[in-house]
Amino acid sequence: MRLAAPLKALAQRFSFLLLVLASVALMMVGKVDAVLVDSVRARVTDAFAPIMDALSRPAATAAHFVESIVALENVYEENQRLKAENARLLQWKQAATRLEAENGSLRALLHYKPEPTASSITARVIAAPGGSFLRTVVVTAGRRDGVRKGQAAIGGAGMVGRVVEVGEWSARVLLITDINTRVPVVLESSRARAVLAGDNSDQPRLLYLPADAVIAVGERVVTSGHGGLFPPGIPVGVVTAVGERGVKVQPIADLSRLEHLRLVDFGLPGVQDEMDQRTLK
Amino acid sequence: MTVTLWQRLDKAGRNLAPFAVTVMLLLLGLVPLRIPAYTAVAPSLTLMAVYYWTIHRPDLLRPGAVFALGLLEDLLSGAPLGLNALVMVTAHWVVLTQRRFFLASTFPLMWFGFALIVFGAAVMEWMVFSVLNTALLPFRSMLFQALLTLALFPAFTWLFVRVHRAFLP
Repeated sequence: MRLAAPLKALAQRFSFLLLVLASVALMMVGKVDAVLVDSVRARVTDAFAPIMDALSRPAATAAHFVESIVALENVYEENQRLKAENARLLQWKQAATRLEAENGSLRALLHYKPEPTASSITARVIAAPGGSFLRTVVVTAGRRDGVRKGQAAIGGAGMVGRVVEVGEWSARVLLITDINTRVPVVLESSRARAVLAGDNSDQPRLLYLPADAVIAVGERVVTSGHGGLFPPGIPVGVVTAVGERGVKVQPIADLSRLEHLRLVDFGLPGVQDEMDQRTLK
Repeated sequence: MTVTLWQRLDKAGRNLAPFAVTVMLLLLGLVPLRIPAYTAVAPSLTLMAVYYWTIHRPDLLRPGAVFALGLLEDLLSGAPLGLNALVMVTAHWVVLTQRRFFLASTFPLMWFGFALIVFGAAVMEWMVFSVLNTALLPFRSMLFQALLTLALFPAFTWLFVRVHRAFLP
């Protein structure tokens, strides 16, 4: 009996060491074979999606309740503001119809080849894992709804991220603020191309800007469509700071209050699949 | 005294309580709360649960179970596979070696012990992420996350004590 206790302790210590080594080994597997890990992850997420869906509903109801109280408080000011905005938008609508007609006739003159049309799938956000270094959400739409890896996710007015992993009825969206996100963009008025890179802060940065680009604060950033992964022209954000520490972009969509996302199915299938195939080889 | 099947089932069910509570907290931690800037500093509920149960009922939360919990969190949260498993198994290990001290001490001391664990876990997570991204990432939001976890610890401990008293005589 006297021998058993230290032996048991040794076995216990050894099991800890084994578990630690297993964790490290799993991290390496994740680095080497990301496709395998993603498919396992997608299956597990699928399995837990119904539970996460059920849990997220009371939270959504509570959020709605709070929002409606806040809305009730400001209903008069909001109404005034909306009236003013509506008057302004009606003017814009006039301009837009005129431009649309003009654009149509000019395209007809030039035999312009139109962009492939994009359709979209709407999905509800059921999980937003917390963490300092992760910016992802899980949505309730998957392969059987037509979701594919690489599709752009749009929340409200602007792009919020892209689909990185697809299960049967759930999918994971990597937000544009995540450190691993790179989106080819173009600045709307100066037409300078750049890559929007997340850095886990609330405002992603612009990389690879042309040296001679003149960027003004307040300029809009839209997807450029380069690389064929995202449709061009999706609004992404607004430049908020230009300085020594780079150009910062404030996303148009409020990333902390995502409820429904539109996943845009752009007419160029298989770009991401091809990329995966290449990484597999 | 003979133990009937029901008694055995009842006991097995009760013994699952620590694990079940931890899984529930894991899933609750994933719920989108739509509070501005919350996700970046969302507290680590599972770490609290693992800390509490490791001190009070390590026989019901084995290292294997802790590893599985960490793995599940990695898979569901989108973290690099193995990260939370590593952090939680290490935390479990450290707490277990100092268990006698924690068990005998008062709540403030337990809270202090949790502070050490939380900051240790934060540093570890930060290091792993930095290595995986081959860049030194900012530690700031990690620090706030740890502080929030620490601040919420008493509330959740109250919950654990309730569950403990209700299910585990």
